[in-house]
Amino acid sequence: MAILIIAEHDNQSLKAATLNAVTAATQMGGDIHVLVAGSGCQAAADQAAAVTGVAKVLMADNAAYEHQLAENMSLLIAELGRDYSHVVCPATTAGKNVMPRVAALLDVAQISDIIRVDSEDTFARPIYAGNAIATVKSLDAIKVITVRGTAFDPAAAEGGSAAIEAVGSTHDAEISSFVGEEMAKSDRPELTSAGIIISGGRGMGNGENFALLESVADKLGAAVGASRAAVDAGFVPNDMQVGQTGKIVAPELYIAVGISGAIQHLAGMKDSKIIVAINKDEEAPIFQVADYGLVADLFEAVPELDGKL
Amino acid sequence: MKVLVTVKRVIDYNVKVRVKSDNSDVDLSNVKMAMNPFCEIAVEEAVRLKEAGVASEIVVVSLGPQAAQEQIRTALALGADRGILVQSDENLESLTVAKLLAKVVEEEQPGLVIMGKQAIDSDNNQTGQMLAALTNMAQGTFASEVKIEGDKAKVTREVDGGLQTVELNMPAIVTTDLRLNEPRYASLPNIMKAKRKPLDTKTPEDLGVEVKAHTQVLSVEPPAERQAGIKVASVEELVDKLKNEAKVI
Repeated sequence: MAILIIAEHDNQSLKAATLNAVTAATQMGGDIHVLVAGSGCQAAADQAAAVTGVAKVLMADNAAYEHQLAENMSLLIAELGRDYSHVVCPATTAGKNVMPRVAALLDVAQISDIIRVDSEDTFARPIYAGNAIATVKSLDAIKVITVRGTAFDPAAAEGGSAAIEAVGSTHDAEISSFVGEEMAKSDRPELTSAGIIISGGRGMGNGENFALLESVADKLGAAVGASRAAVDAGFVPNDMQVGQTGKIVAPELYIAVGISGAIQHLAGMKDSKIIVAINKDEEAPIFQVADYGLVADLFEAVPELDGKL
Repeated sequence: MKVLVTVKRVIDYNVKVRVKSDNSDVDLSNVKMAMNPFCEIAVEEAVRLKEAGVASEIVVVSLGPQAAQEQIRTALALGADRGILVQSDENLESLTVAKLLAKVVEEEQPGLVIMGKQAIDSDNNQTGQMLAALTNMAQGTFASEVKIEGDKAKVTREVDGGLQTVELNMPAIVTTDLRLNEPRYASLPNIMKAKRKPLDTKTPEDLGVEVKAHTQVLSVEPPAERQAGIKVASVEELVDKLKNEAKVI
């Protein structure tokens, strides 16, 4: 029995979410192999080989995998996956895009977004926006799984010395192509890996006011997030959304500013270690999950906070 | 071009779900049900394509109990032309739903399939991608913009860190993200008109698909509750607590 992990990477470097998936796989038991499929992805493969717990790295280096299009990647993963008991991937947008396609090609279910491993075939996962946790047993010979990164500690990025094996097979479905991408440029940490996050909600009033949060974020080395209400209102891009339909985060400190605390937002942040809520409505549900609540007008409290840091 | 759009009947997103006391499932008795919000966005996108003269016919499909007819009627009131209910009272897993939809796609031969990216009950985010695999179609998941250019669909996708644009051969499958559009409300005259639009009912047997369980739910439990903490009186007290009590800054 062996486990195939699909690495999240950008050809140059392995993304941190892969390390959380390695930890989850370790709990399933079995040798851990990591597939790094890309184009010019040697550097990412080298990093995967150094991760503690990884027994082997499979490197598929081909132009067809450059942008990791689901149509091509799924054919490769399904071909390799037939020889494994588990095919595991972080539940990032890349993983969510490709893995169900793999599962269907293998004629098995996918178990999405697991937060706990009970045994080799039994896993816990949140449903209904995290308002219930289902314990699910897989009845399939091959388990296709995506892993919620915040639920597992990262494996050590160093210490391993796995062999790297080249995978020759090329799959180009020739039904899709990459046109371009627009990545948000920011010197702040990424939401899903930040130690501190400060998020704004509808109470921010408009997008310009997020500058108040950015200033605090820069002093704390924090990422800036938003509630779905703030995204829906057009204040900030969807990429900043924390919640059931956005990013799931669990930082050391989460500061919710002008966020009422809708179920769907709480689903994305309630596993944070310390939660601070700043809201002028003392009845706001966010205070029910906050370790420290401050009932105040955010337009006074946030600049004051900024001044005291 | 014919557009196929799928809708799922789920718990209304404003309802706080409760777990049954025997931990077998969530309690859905006497709970308000509605169309999955991401499916509303899918219907809206299809209707806009029709209004723009790109789509000629919109077929709406739902899979589930008899009552899912309500969600199909809602989609018909919003502008879909006809409905298909694949009726089953069994628990249909994503893979089974995808297999059933693949049969419907084979019969209907749409140029584009638009689906919600995930349903807010099971939160799986699987069916669109699975259908794409089974029909060997290209997929544009988590779409925030869809442009049809001849026999290609150009789809802008919400990905971690920003936006990605891909070009898909048609027929293709698109799954919707939040910012794709803002769904309209159905008008009363359209709700009345929708009652006369055709709605076919089929069963998994009609489509030749076996309803098979690939997973077994052992238990459903409420999540660990977080205790409310304290209220602080001032920003000064907050900073002091964060520095000296929680030690997180």
